[in-house]
Amino acid sequence: MIFLISVITIALLMVGAAIYAIWQKDLLFAVIASGVISLILSILFLILQAPDVALTEAAIGVALTTIIFIITIRNTVRYEDEHDKKAKKKKVKNISK
Amino acid sequence: MEYIIYFALGIMTISLFFVAIRFVKGPTVGDRVIALDTLTTLGVSGVVLAAYLFHRFVYLDVALVYGVLGFIGVIVIARYLEGAL
Amino acid sequence: MSIMEIIGSILVIIGSIFLFLGALGIYRMPDLYNRLQAGTKATTLGAMSVILGVGFLEPDWFLKLLILVVFIGYSNPLSSHAMARAMYKRRVFPWTKEGGVDAYREVIEKETEKKES
Repeated sequence: MIFLISVITIALLMVGAAIYAIWQKDLLFAVIASGVISLILSILFLILQAPDVALTEAAIGVALTTIIFIITIRNTVRYEDEHDKKAKKKKVKNISK
Repeated sequence: MEYIIYFALGIMTISLFFVAIRFVKGPTVGDRVIALDTLTTLGVSGVVLAAYLFHRFVYLDVALVYGVLGFIGVIVIARYLEGAL
Repeated sequence: MSIMEIIGSILVIIGSIFLFLGALGIYRMPDLYNRLQAGTKATTLGAMSVILGVGFLEPDWFLKLLILVVFIGYSNPLSSHAMARAMYKRRVFPWTKEGGVDAYREVIEKETEKKES
């Protein structure tokens, strides 16, 4: 009974983290939320009797995805609407020229 | 003997809520990263308890992978915040 | 009920209580660095205690669980130190009293003044 309650709780927390990652405008926070999602997803795979899938999910989701997303954020912008502002400024400059 | 494992699992489930509240509420990036780190540690102990509950030796490998690789993401985020990546 | 099982169950209960206290500290503490202390040190002790307790409950797994304890013991303080250093460099300073001493803060403020000038 307690085990079932904990499994349902972590599943609900995973859904909450996914909604948070979509709703958040700061992309760095969204990357951290995706780390939480992959952590809980791997535990759910483990409970569903698939330890090999859980192993792969742990290795890829925790380390590789975070590193690739962080490198992407470093090379582009951190906030979601920052890119639009930059594009608008460029347009205004072009018109004024 | 299994009652003790269930007690530990229940108390860890309650503590997940506090970490989740701090994750949503935390004002800076650091609070959220600390919440992720704490969730990783809680997950490792939960996986070990589940391995004892199901009597499966294979489940410990997942906990081992978390123990080895769990800190890499935090260190990469920290290096990015420092501006040194 | 043998003596190993008693020791193991006591260790599991102590560890779970420490994990709970660490999570409570993350929720209650007022400052980033206080939260870092509570969330990393108490949780490390709790996880080590739970894993060693399971090792006492099931003595065949003891070697692998010992390796796990060693990995947790080096990886958790490493990540917390990296995070504290990064946040200090981003000028999130800890809370001090009026006239409290914070030597590293003066160093960082001098560095930023040099950069700005």
